[in-house]
Amino acid sequence: MHTFSHGIHPDQAKLTAASPIQRFPFTQNYVVHLAQNAGSPALAIVQAGQRVLRGQVIARPNGLVSVPVHAPVTGTVKQVGTSLDFNGKPTPSVLIAADPSSDQQIWQTHPQDFVQMSPEQIIEAVRDMGMVGLGGAAFPTHVKLKAPPGHSIKTLILNGAECEPFLTSDHRVMVEQSEDIHLGAQILLKATGAQECVIAIEDNKPDAITAMEEICARQGDKRIRVEVFVAKYPQGAEKMLIKALTGQEVPSGSIPASLGIVVSNIATAAEIGHLLPLGIGLTERVVTITGDGIRKPGNYLIPIGTPLNFILQEVGVVGDPYKIIFGGPMMGKSVAFHDSPITKGTSGIVIFAQPQVADEGQLYNCIRCGACIEACPMHLEPYRLGMLARHHSYETMVQDYHLFDCFECGSCSFVCPSNIPLVQQFRISKQFLRDKERHV
Amino acid sequence: MSNFFATTLSTSPHVKDQRSVPYIMRHVVYATLPLVGFAFWNFGWSALLVVATTSFFCVLSEGIFNLLTGRASSVGDYSALITGILLGLTLPPAFPLWMAAVGSIFAIIIGKAIFGGLGHNPFNPALVGRAFLQAAFPAAITTWSIPQAPQRFASLLPSTLAFPFSTPNLDGSAGATPLALQKFSQTASPWQDLFVGTSAGSLGETSALLILLCGLYLALRKFLDWRIPLGILATVAIFSGILHLVNPNFASPLAAIFSGGLMLGAFFMATDMVSSPVLPRATWIYAVFIGILVVVIRIWGGLPEGVMYAILLGNAISPQLNRLIKSTPYGHGNKAGHGNKAGQGSKA
Repeated sequence: MHTFSHGIHPDQAKLTAASPIQRFPFTQNYVVHLAQNAGSPALAIVQAGQRVLRGQVIARPNGLVSVPVHAPVTGTVKQVGTSLDFNGKPTPSVLIAADPSSDQQIWQTHPQDFVQMSPEQIIEAVRDMGMVGLGGAAFPTHVKLKAPPGHSIKTLILNGAECEPFLTSDHRVMVEQSEDIHLGAQILLKATGAQECVIAIEDNKPDAITAMEEICARQGDKRIRVEVFVAKYPQGAEKMLIKALTGQEVPSGSIPASLGIVVSNIATAAEIGHLLPLGIGLTERVVTITGDGIRKPGNYLIPIGTPLNFILQEVGVVGDPYKIIFGGPMMGKSVAFHDSPITKGTSGIVIFAQPQVADEGQLYNCIRCGACIEACPMHLEPYRLGMLARHHSYETMVQDYHLFDCFECGSCSFVCPSNIPLVQQFRISKQFLRDKERHV
Repeated sequence: MSNFFATTLSTSPHVKDQRSVPYIMRHVVYATLPLVGFAFWNFGWSALLVVATTSFFCVLSEGIFNLLTGRASSVGDYSALITGILLGLTLPPAFPLWMAAVGSIFAIIIGKAIFGGLGHNPFNPALVGRAFLQAAFPAAITTWSIPQAPQRFASLLPSTLAFPFSTPNLDGSAGATPLALQKFSQTASPWQDLFVGTSAGSLGETSALLILLCGLYLALRKFLDWRIPLGILATVAIFSGILHLVNPNFASPLAAIFSGGLMLGAFFMATDMVSSPVLPRATWIYAVFIGILVVVIRIWGGLPEGVMYAILLGNAISPQLNRLIKSTPYGHGNKAGHGNKAGQGSKA
């Protein structure tokens, strides 16, 4: 079994691990953000009043690191403009009113056989699907698949670790859509030119391991195999996966391709395996909706653009929710605007009814217990970075203590017995430095 | 359709481990209680009164200092209580209570509070208090009572209730500690007695076995860094083992690690999180440094015991160790090695 050094063991709270994926009901109004991918937002190509079909392209990619956006429902475009994101910040959007009579079936497909396609054609098709990393970062998948000049890809890792507490969407996809994943792996192997594909799963998901091992045995493709990892946060971070699997470290400031490795989320592979042969775009995704603040936790297949308020109505909120999080509780973002929609990167929604320890802890001085040192998967010195941040010594944080190697997994804040908001301070420090750079 | 919920906003992480500063400190307090119980059984009521006095005056000093300086109350974090119990455990059984009270006030005010309270103390506050008492009352702090005295539960030792600021009538018939016997009359105590703890000494230091058990509990639950006691004890054992081979008049390795305040110091004093280094590599250096000093002071110094000063000197170098020794982050080590393995890397 594979693992990495350091990391933490939060309460896994996988309440929905055994809940099969259910189709979520459709609503009347959809808010489709155009900035759903990391990189540049897509550009709208529809106008208000225009009829759109489910799966139709409504925005085209703008630049290399950008993907198109597809209509999640059949209906009428109400507005092309801006709406507020989860933070309450205006963001370019297309508002669509769904046809009440429509069964929202996609009739228009463009079947394509990946065996006949060149790697370049596959990569283009992946972009045309609007595919991004579904684990949360929403980085355009087609950009990752192309190895940078001078590098070649040897190993493809499909990330099914799902180390965030509460979230089970990847888990259910592995159990229920193993054939799609396997086909997706074959497509991605061809696209990247990799010789092997490792399906990485944490040992707390035995049914997913069984499902994926069975499909691998049945299909007999020797290039694709399952590897089991110790359940530990943040095993699902790509740097930790690479370290645990190969013992190698991605050099600071570099990308996995420099080691001949590409890591992709397992749900991304499943969607590629499912959608690419049909030639249709990404219009919906599996989202875990969970927490003690709702009545019907589960894993739901939800159209992208579904507003949060409709979702809360359907799953039944218990009293006044205390906090709503897009993503998991370790790296997810608390939601300020409750009419903001599901996007391609929304892997889960956690609704807490009660304040958590993180919200209540009294602040103490650092007692140099070293818990953050033992937690940090990047082997940084969070306690020292925290002290420097308090004294605004940002340059020292970067030069001597490698601030920009921190990927903000939050393990240090999770363990700190003095309740010092370490990762929060690091975010602010980084932002300060980026702003300063911009103004020079 | 908007329902409005006033939900809380904060940046991640949104969940947290249960462990807090008071939680850690409370468990350290639990781990010292068996030592207090053993001191009571070994030395009687006087022992219990000493620990009660140091605990009370430490917590009281902390509370009063908070009030006077307008600082938020830190009495509830249990750290002052730990200082009190640990200071009590380092004192001799017949130590006059008024002196114990003075040492407690010194430990909290000078050892911790004036630096800014918990987290800012450069030295272990209990040892600061003890060092002060050693300097102020050298006779009282080296007057040892006989363990297991038959009258220990019936009457107090004569000096316990000495009138404040009077010079107590110290009991001359007292027993010498194993370390003093070794140093001044080259008499070795059987290590088995030292291990169980029915020997003369400070209240909490006599039973190596009990300290080991309590320390193991703390180490297993990660309330202390196991590298520190292991490093100190191994260093003392190896260093004194070599010296014992050269000159058998020096204590044997087992006698060296089980006698005096070494076990108590290694498990409960040197492991003070605030005043010990953070990174494992720095921690090893710190532990070896303390171990060497303990043996050097015991053998070549004027005192039979050197654990207290060794740890205080270790505390003194901790900030430098923290600053000089840095961790190697992920992706910064063996860059060349990785490039070779990958077969490409920087060539592009």
